[in-house]
Amino acid sequence: MTPASPSVFALIDGVLPSASRISPAVNAVFLALLLTSAALVAALTIAIVYFLIRYRRGSPAPRPRLKIAIWKFEATWIVGTTVVFLGFFFWGARIYLRMAKVPAGAMEIAVIGRQWMWDIRHQDGRRELAELHVPVNQPIALRMTSEDVIHSFAVPAFRLKQDVVPGKTVLAWFEATVPGSYPIFCDQYCGTKHAEMGGRVIVQTPEDYAAWLATGAGADSAETRGRALFVRYGCAGCHAGNSSVRAPRLEGLAGRDVPVEDGKIVTADDAYLRDSILLPNKHVTAGYAAVMPSYQGVIPEGDVLDLLAYLKSLASENPPALNSSAP
Amino acid sequence: MKPPSSIDASPYTDATQRSVAQHLGMWTFLATEILFFGGLFACYAIYRHTYPEAFAAGSARMDFWIGTLNTGVLLTSSLFMAFADHAVKLGRRETLRRCLAAVWLLGVIFLGLKFYEYHQKFVEHLVPGAGFHPDGGAAPPEQLFFVLYFAMTGLHALHMMIGLGVITWLFVRASRGTLTADRPAPVEMTGLYWHFVDCVWVFLYPLLYLVR
Amino acid sequence: MKIDAFSSRDVSADTPVNYFTRDYSLRSWLFTRDHKRIGLLYLISITFFFSIAAIAAALMRWELLTPQGDLVVSDIYNRLFTLHGVLMVWFFLIPSIPAVLGNFILPLMIGARDVAFPRLNLASWYLFMTGGLLVLYAILIGGVDTGWTFYTPYSSVYSNGHVMLMASGVFIAGFSSIATGLNFIVTLHKLRAPGLTWFRLPLFAWSIYATSLILVLATPVLAITLLLIMLERFLGVGVFDPKLGGDPLLFQHLFWFYSHPAVYIMILPGMGVVSEIIACFSRKRIFGYRIAAIAILAIAALGFLVWGHHMFVSSQSVYAGVVFSLLSFLVSVPSAIKVFNWVATLHRASIRFDTPFLYALGFLALFTVGGLTGLFLATLAVDVHLHDTYFVIAHFHYIMVGGMVMAYMGGIHYWWPKISGRLYHEWLARISAVTIFIGFNLTFFPQFILGYLGMPRRFHIYPPEFQTLNIVSTSGAVVLAIGYTLPLFYLGWSLFFGPRAGSNPWDATGLEWTTPSPPAEHNFERTPVVTQEAYDYPDLSL
Repeated sequence: MTPASPSVFALIDGVLPSASRISPAVNAVFLALLLTSAALVAALTIAIVYFLIRYRRGSPAPRPRLKIAIWKFEATWIVGTTVVFLGFFFWGARIYLRMAKVPAGAMEIAVIGRQWMWDIRHQDGRRELAELHVPVNQPIALRMTSEDVIHSFAVPAFRLKQDVVPGKTVLAWFEATVPGSYPIFCDQYCGTKHAEMGGRVIVQTPEDYAAWLATGAGADSAETRGRALFVRYGCAGCHAGNSSVRAPRLEGLAGRDVPVEDGKIVTADDAYLRDSILLPNKHVTAGYAAVMPSYQGVIPEGDVLDLLAYLKSLASENPPALNSSAP
Repeated sequence: MKPPSSIDASPYTDATQRSVAQHLGMWTFLATEILFFGGLFACYAIYRHTYPEAFAAGSARMDFWIGTLNTGVLLTSSLFMAFADHAVKLGRRETLRRCLAAVWLLGVIFLGLKFYEYHQKFVEHLVPGAGFHPDGGAAPPEQLFFVLYFAMTGLHALHMMIGLGVITWLFVRASRGTLTADRPAPVEMTGLYWHFVDCVWVFLYPLLYLVR
Repeated sequence: MKIDAFSSRDVSADTPVNYFTRDYSLRSWLFTRDHKRIGLLYLISITFFFSIAAIAAALMRWELLTPQGDLVVSDIYNRLFTLHGVLMVWFFLIPSIPAVLGNFILPLMIGARDVAFPRLNLASWYLFMTGGLLVLYAILIGGVDTGWTFYTPYSSVYSNGHVMLMASGVFIAGFSSIATGLNFIVTLHKLRAPGLTWFRLPLFAWSIYATSLILVLATPVLAITLLLIMLERFLGVGVFDPKLGGDPLLFQHLFWFYSHPAVYIMILPGMGVVSEIIACFSRKRIFGYRIAAIAILAIAALGFLVWGHHMFVSSQSVYAGVVFSLLSFLVSVPSAIKVFNWVATLHRASIRFDTPFLYALGFLALFTVGGLTGLFLATLAVDVHLHDTYFVIAHFHYIMVGGMVMAYMGGIHYWWPKISGRLYHEWLARISAVTIFIGFNLTFFPQFILGYLGMPRRFHIYPPEFQTLNIVSTSGAVVLAIGYTLPLFYLGWSLFFGPRAGSNPWDATGLEWTTPSPPAEHNFERTPVVTQEAYDYPDLSL
């Protein structure tokens, strides 16, 4: 099943699959920790057992005073321990920084955690519940948030885990290297059905993945859904067409620098766009009144993501009219 | 077996040792109080950094004059507390009584003004919770400012009320003449506590009333 | 002449009237200012809370015998693990050695008549009981299902349990901790006998001192954090609720700023007890005494700087994670030093395998494993995989149960003759200690594997492939339960039928062993004057 992996890891693979690009690195440092710990425990056990036997009360073993100064022992094991520990620190930190850096060309997939299920949105608008189909050998960037409490998206086979927090979006990535089906767990206690909030990542060969994609023809894209929501939630009422309320135009906004009321300049990144919908008074655009109501609690997370996709699609000054065709 | 005296029954061998121990105990207790209030100050720092405008807006709704007056009242009460400490060490019973009464009175004035302020906030719908409807509307983070306002000043007021209770008890003892120059600890300890509570207010005042 | 069977000493001078026998009335117990009686009040209370939390654990392990949820529904399971954590952490482990053995032994050990503030000491017990009864009441009327960690916004907005009631119980018990810590700090600074300088103190005293520093500085932060949760639940305002502008991670930072130092509260006293026991039953000074004392302080100080290692995957900044990982490795160094020093003490010693020593050996083995697995968790990349799995559960149980509880049991057995004036049945006690050791490993070692395989925490159901290891773990729990129950019987029996102990049945150094067993109420007839170093055992090379 597993492709050619170093034989020393075959034991680990038999126990828990190592199915992602980063797994071997994590396995290596884990194994090193295991061996070092085992060696230390063995050494200490041998020493203790030896001392217990040799120096039991009444034994004839000589007990002369120690001739080497105590500080020499202390210095040795303080320095030795520190060096070994720092070694593991650097090793682990380097891999961790790799985990934090989403590679270029990653396919972005949105994940919304809510009590008690995983709601997965692909870029093309396809939606999955508790299942995530991905192609093998393709970096996947998960853009995640929670609707309610803190959850945690964990795939042990990928050595992947990321807490999913309400009120913010977090990014985690993985690249699956072995086709197969791997469990997803929710790892942060989130209420009654915490243990039932599982799922599966289904890693497919390019052919199988293409076949799976084809079965989903006709799905809405996020941008299309977003456009409908833009109208449904009344955003268009102020931000488009001829409105009596003076509101900033949104075409080309995504990614641009925006002057805000206290003289600062803010970049309209995803966080800014989210806040503008949910906490509109956080950054009021210069020259405008702070009259936009907050949609916190009104627009659920999935819809916010769709609206963001729509806003990012408004690249030009002349968007197609909102009441034109389009599903 | 030696007849038990009050020193014998206690773990101390002499009065000096007891006094030193009491001082160390009170300073340690004040250290815990610093950590206790510190948690709230940390929350304040983080949220003010995140929502600077909302905090400025909230602070603008505070009554500057009551806050400033209260600061003066509390600082003056600390002055009289210091006089009380001095008086007990000199054995001046009447001065001690008057100074304690002054501390008490000023403390009560402080609390009176504070509760008047709370009442004002209630009338202006600035109490966090379901009834939070500030005039002219406010962003949700402004409610956070008021949560911290009530939590920090409320905790402070609670400490003051406990302090006033202790001062009442000291006043009674001073009137009975049981606070003597050779055992100044009760007044000293209370003084330390009162000055600490004052110190906390000195930090609260600018953070709550003077943010622009 | 009355010869004590154990130490062959003349014990006829032992006073018949001691702290226990001088007054049997309930009033004399409930209004006592005697540190020894207060220590016993705590002993009874924490044993009571431990039993309830242990029953919850038994139910959980029983449920986990099968992959399905067939014993209890998830809501009940969630309330069980919350109850287990809350009671074990705040109402058993944190008070255990400090409030029982610290209260009883520390003044004796430093030649004092009592602690610095005896009335405050009694007040701390009443605060403890008030908090504990509030928590029990919260459990009885339906419980809380947030976990002992109370993460927001679940605990502050979504949970339908009695969060405020339970949080108030813990809040009040926190003041008990602060009072105890404050008392010990002043006691150690001001009430040491003449000649007893800091570096002549036994390591138990050092560990109590460091623990007390943590108690007084960390607990207030927990108090304010619990107050904020209660405020949020009561008012519905957004302190930690992102829908109202709050930050759920702020809760985690505040909570762990206390709770990480709290775990050092739950191990340092154990290290102190182990030092006393190893020195006594090796008849040798602890190797590297000064470094050991400094290491205790270093652990306490560094322990305040590592809280973020509970939050590596929480969405805190990556760079914060790196800093916390580095500091977490550094705080492990003094702990490792202490282990090496204990092992080195056994070299050229004169060792006897009495029960307390068996517990100390158990501590050495299990604390070392627990500590090493902490390194796995401090390693950032590995923690991403292991966080919130059974690996973490195994890690902290190895340290808190394999470490601290073994040390507590060792301390109880070591000082039992002093406290009760009686000797327990040695072979039953040894069998008990070994049973606990075996049961413990059977219960918790499989959990390391389960965690590595990915089994998450706080799950009452699990994938079928995890069942075998869970069955092994539950079987171990049965053995462990037997091991913990036996002492109740033979220690209780010894109170009435055990041979009377002399003042120093172990022939140990330390001022507490110069008093009668049990001691008189006022401890010492005359304040002792100390002229010797700690652990002044005869030179074994002679």
